[in-house]
Amino acid sequence: MGMKLNPNKNVPEMTGTETSGQMVVQFEKEETYLHMVMRRFLKHRLACVGVAVFLLILLIALLAPVIAPQDPAKIFNEFEAPPSAAHWLGTDPVGRDVMSRLIFGAQVSIAVGIGAVAIYVAIGIVLGLVAGYFGGWVDMLIMRLTDVFMSFPYFMVILVLVSIIGPSLFNITLVIGLLGWPAIARLVRGSVLSIKEMDYVKAGVALGYSTPKILFQHILPNALAPILVNATFGVASAIIMEASLSFLGMGVRPPAASWGNMLTQAESITVLSSQPWLWIPPGLMILLAVLSVNFIGDGLRDAIESQNAK
Amino acid sequence: MGELLKVDKIKTEFQTDKGPVTSVDEVSFDLKEGETICLVGESGCGKSVTSLSIMHLLDRNGSVTEGSIRFEDKDLAHASEAEMRKIRGNDISMIFQEPMTSLNPVLTIGDQLTEGIRLHMNYSRAEARSYAIEMLKKVGIPRAEGIIDEYPHKLSGGMRQRVMIAMALSCKPKLLIADEPTTALDVTIQAQILKLMKKLRDESNTAIILITHDLGVVAEMADKVAVMYAGQVVEETDVYTLFDNPKHPYTLGLMKSIPHITNPDDMRLNSIPGSVPSARNMPKGCRFYDRCPHAMKRCLAEKPELKPIEDKQAHSIRCFLYEEEEKDYEKKHAEKQHAEKEVSS
Repeated sequence: MGMKLNPNKNVPEMTGTETSGQMVVQFEKEETYLHMVMRRFLKHRLACVGVAVFLLILLIALLAPVIAPQDPAKIFNEFEAPPSAAHWLGTDPVGRDVMSRLIFGAQVSIAVGIGAVAIYVAIGIVLGLVAGYFGGWVDMLIMRLTDVFMSFPYFMVILVLVSIIGPSLFNITLVIGLLGWPAIARLVRGSVLSIKEMDYVKAGVALGYSTPKILFQHILPNALAPILVNATFGVASAIIMEASLSFLGMGVRPPAASWGNMLTQAESITVLSSQPWLWIPPGLMILLAVLSVNFIGDGLRDAIESQNAK
Repeated sequence: MGELLKVDKIKTEFQTDKGPVTSVDEVSFDLKEGETICLVGESGCGKSVTSLSIMHLLDRNGSVTEGSIRFEDKDLAHASEAEMRKIRGNDISMIFQEPMTSLNPVLTIGDQLTEGIRLHMNYSRAEARSYAIEMLKKVGIPRAEGIIDEYPHKLSGGMRQRVMIAMALSCKPKLLIADEPTTALDVTIQAQILKLMKKLRDESNTAIILITHDLGVVAEMADKVAVMYAGQVVEETDVYTLFDNPKHPYTLGLMKSIPHITNPDDMRLNSIPGSVPSARNMPKGCRFYDRCPHAMKRCLAEKPELKPIEDKQAHSIRCFLYEEEEKDYEKKHAEKQHAEKEVSS
């Protein structure tokens, strides 16, 4: 396009300034926010390793029925057999294949980690949005409720609740989900308090948008970054929580396999000292799963929250 | 031209820790279709609060406690939130001062523009999109088909204000409230935005309430002007009378404090001495008393009312100085009414 000033027919009032603005508009494609976050995340090497490991565990969990060499509940004739060609990681005291149980255990950890976090993020977002946006006595009520939930001895309450409603995969997911929301609610409320003062929220009200629309479509996306980081770390702690509960016999019960209940067998000193194939693999898997999720969280935090450090 | 909006002696109060504070007191004006009224006054005189009162956008602790706001046949002062939501964006819409923060950074221009169109005009997604592009072209956005998918951070302040105007006018509101729409823009863009608003007003016959402290903008845009001081309208008239024949001492002071191209180089600008009384303890009498060069004893004790003084143009003033003229007007008015009655009977 030539430098001749030839204002568009549609816009008779355009003067030189905005005509040059027209050129400014046709700038090269700038990178979007998502691209920037991706680029920063990929720079974080540990986070990339974390993603790889976590994806691997996810794949194992999804493909468990296909790749497991044996049925995890099937009992063989050899008990506590050391690793061999038939049983790569040996068998447990009941005679079940450890390798297969380990693979199926991934399903439990992933399900609890993601399920529980999904539940409490949803609860936390709704309560936080409502408290922050409406303020007043609604805010007061929700925040005091949050304080109450935060002052529970978390682990004890979960133990008690699980023992009342009965230990199962679904129940522990539900209980962890129902108790985990206070941190998210506070986080969301804090963001909403500042976002709701922005002109674009007022403009939304002035344009007649409904309150839910303003909350979820205009405010929530602006508050999403810290929620995402927090939720990632939440997945790690939910995995640990499930393992702990299962270890105590309050989580997933045998014969269903979970990394936590596999560790229960390591309670005796003989197993610890002479049968490492029973407890090292599940312990290692828990470690890997939690560590990978935490690295992902670290990477996300650095990529999302350091807005200006380019 | 029918009457569109009639604001009658509204009083807006804010509940604070230290008791209620009256921010707007006895503000009245009316507006016909296609007419533009400018609310002028210094910072904190209640211009914005007046407009927010009309829109029900006051903070939670603020409310209109007295007076009425009639918009067509509805009473906005007592409208429910659900009724207001139907009116906002559809019948009355608003443009804010800061174009840089008035658009949501995480949604595209198109998302934000089509939302209101789909909500109020029941267009399908595709119809809303093509209508949005048409609106963007109307407000002079080049390459509208591309811009519609961009995020706000790529646009300059002037462009964003154009988008805001497109948003505000897309549902063909009868009334547009513009709260200092050009204050945050540089002067060349200011002129363009004002021209654009004028053009769109003339095309669609939209009435405008323009809030500003820039008398240049007033001269450019207004049909009528209400000069506000400390939460009250002190003078209301049409724009020509205001500039040719300002009456209220405060308006006179404002006029004197504008730099003029014919002023001698070494002339210092006039300023009005003193400062605005605090909203927490407003004087009992005239609120301009402290700063008024013509202050009289009775100004301290008695509260002047906003009264019409001339018959030819509507010109109302809140000042005792013009009481004679006010009486003249009342007398003439009474005589006229009397005569009309006799004719009709």
